[in-house]
Amino acid sequence: MIGRPKHQRLVLVSLALLAVLGAVLLAMWGLKDRAAYFYTPADVVAGKAGAGKSMRLGGMVERGSVKRGADGVTTRFIVEDGDGRVPVTYRGILPDLFREGSGVVAEGKLVADRSFVADNILAKHDERYMPPELGNQAAEHKAGQTLRK
Amino acid sequence: MIAEAGLAALWLAGALSLLGLFLSIAHVRGKLEADRTVRALAIIQGFLCLFAFAMLLLVFARTDLSVALVAENSHSAKPFIYKVAGAWGNHEGSMLLWVTVLGLSGAALAALSHRLPSRTLIAALGAQAALALGFHAFLLFASNPFARLNPPAPEGRGLNPLLQDPGLAFHPPTLYLGYVGLSVAFSLAVGAMLAGEVDRHLARAMRPWVLGAWIFLTLGITAGSYWAYYELGWGGWWFWDPVENASLMPWLAATALLHSVAVLSARNALKAWTMMLAVIAFSMSMVGTFLVRSGILTSVHSFAVDPLRGSFILALLAIYVTAAFLLFAVRARTLREGAPFEPVSREAGIVANNLLLTVILGVVFIGTLYPLLIEAVTGEKLSVGAPYFNAVAGPLAILLGILLAVGPLLSWRRENRPVLRKVALPALCGATALVIAFLAIPQANVLAKCGLALATGLIPAAVIPLIGRNPLRTPLATWGMAVAHLGAAIAVAGMAADTAFTTEKLTAAKPGETIEVGPWTVEFAGVTPAVGANWTAVEAELRATRGSGVHVLKPQTRFFTDPPTETNEAAIDTLLNGQLYTVVGKSDAEGRWQLRLWWKPLVTLIWLGGALIGLGGFLALAGHARRSWRRWRAG
Repeated sequence: MIGRPKHQRLVLVSLALLAVLGAVLLAMWGLKDRAAYFYTPADVVAGKAGAGKSMRLGGMVERGSVKRGADGVTTRFIVEDGDGRVPVTYRGILPDLFREGSGVVAEGKLVADRSFVADNILAKHDERYMPPELGNQAAEHKAGQTLRK
Repeated sequence: MIAEAGLAALWLAGALSLLGLFLSIAHVRGKLEADRTVRALAIIQGFLCLFAFAMLLLVFARTDLSVALVAENSHSAKPFIYKVAGAWGNHEGSMLLWVTVLGLSGAALAALSHRLPSRTLIAALGAQAALALGFHAFLLFASNPFARLNPPAPEGRGLNPLLQDPGLAFHPPTLYLGYVGLSVAFSLAVGAMLAGEVDRHLARAMRPWVLGAWIFLTLGITAGSYWAYYELGWGGWWFWDPVENASLMPWLAATALLHSVAVLSARNALKAWTMMLAVIAFSMSMVGTFLVRSGILTSVHSFAVDPLRGSFILALLAIYVTAAFLLFAVRARTLREGAPFEPVSREAGIVANNLLLTVILGVVFIGTLYPLLIEAVTGEKLSVGAPYFNAVAGPLAILLGILLAVGPLLSWRRENRPVLRKVALPALCGATALVIAFLAIPQANVLAKCGLALATGLIPAAVIPLIGRNPLRTPLATWGMAVAHLGAAIAVAGMAADTAFTTEKLTAAKPGETIEVGPWTVEFAGVTPAVGANWTAVEAELRATRGSGVHVLKPQTRFFTDPPTETNEAAIDTLLNGQLYTVVGKSDAEGRWQLRLWWKPLVTLIWLGGALIGLGGFLALAGHARRSWRRWRAG
């Protein structure tokens, strides 16, 4: 590194390029198995989602399916989308807008018997805020309606 | 009339920025002597923006329901402070705040920079005017905050209750001062490259602006983190949410820039790199604005449904970033590097700091944008969250922390004294803490253990530069550095302690029952109704004790009427060695209430550290101000 300015500049430029390259490689390595994919109940029933991997499950909370466990903090319910049903277990305080018959996104893992253990439940916050996947479903739903008209 | 006055001021400000842009081009090309005119235009333009913003505050304060924005986001029954703060709790209002800060930054640059060569300053003001022009156009054509409703709405739709919080009054303006304050660094870099005058004088002129923006960003992020922590009721202080990352990315770039500007001003080296960082820092601010303001985070699809705003910001982003990078590509070769430096020296340490910050910035950037990219290309939906960011950015942050301990102990130019002796004490502290952490808390995760050890070594390392100096004669900049680095150490300690030692209890309890969490015994006394200005609530009473004295906590579930929404209000008791954090949930048929309790030892250090980092920046800025003042008095 010691020496003429020109030489040093070359070293610095290569270091900077190495840093950027390193960042890209590191990010690719990290994303390979840490990105949580979004699945619908239909995907799960069709076996598209692997067990034990972090993922998001999105759909509607089936009416009449919400049951609270004996400990008072475990909730079981079914997420459905018309083509599939997946039982979900969640231990925690449900968000305020969690309702039967309305949309929900659960973050967690699929266990061996194709039921879903959620660490986190996202529900609609208010009319204007939705978790991305729900917003998407709603938008597609709307788009579908417009097409049918 | 008020709304029309505001709108007129915005149009006028936009027109003035166009005029300023043309005049500055003419001046830089030597066709016209317009130094004073361009400065005056920048100042007037800034004040017109401020005037427009004041008009927006006024229509919100008066709840003028004939203004569409007020009708959509406010309500006559709202507490006054939230009526006013609600002015920037929505898209159009926050973009007006953005443009106002941009205008005021330009005005401040025009008014306060007397030591820069005229060509550089006028070119920088031209760049600032070009930025203002684009964002004025965005405001006027795609996000008019003053649009009228005819007939006026009978009542407003109300503000999202999550936003009805003192945090709203403080957090967005602070963050925007930081975000948009970086525009000055961008403009100065562009101006200096255009004028061909990239040297230590430029660095000295740029440094206070970077410092100021960085202080506000630091405080804004810290305040935002605490706001999310107590308002969401999830007990977490950082969620790696894209909106949070949008503020972290400019901060990472600004932190790197702050350090490389120091090298440029002290050693006249790293010219091209510093200019590059100045461009990247404000580009990250624009990327953040695009992410938050385009609606793309809600979904790529909704972006495609209503593409005007998103494409507008994206186009502005593309134009400004491309232009700046093209300029950089043309001019970087002509910049002559200064004196070479040794591999073991303060400046080499700062180069390593910059490289690491760049890598962290890169992985955060890729992780934040990856889901958008994948959805746009393949239609597959995915999210990237804490598992990715902690695994990838965590170890890099630890490395950066080690560097932070060593760097300031090195001298500029060449390290003649044995380095090992200086770093011996911090290294010993850190190593001992690491061994203790692995033996005493085997259950904690590795990152938390390393974080605790790092903090233990960093605290002495941060103070060493002050030791052996006369405190009154030590330059404020040195004090600032030590305080900011100490703040970083303390924040790391808080994060690691929270990760390693937090205990959580989730249970359903009947009134009269007691719950154990950490060292605490908490008695659930019962629930009572409560009422506020525009909400009613169910309030639980918890009596917590750990031996002596009873602490009463009252978490609530609040029901707002306009719009109808339920929110959780956590009750937090702050003690010297941590926080007891309580949330009340739903009741069941047997009369039990869900309760979630956390004992979070030392968690407050996170925000104390953030505040200290900001204070360190402020001390360094005060040092600049003192020097300028003395120079000014000396004539």
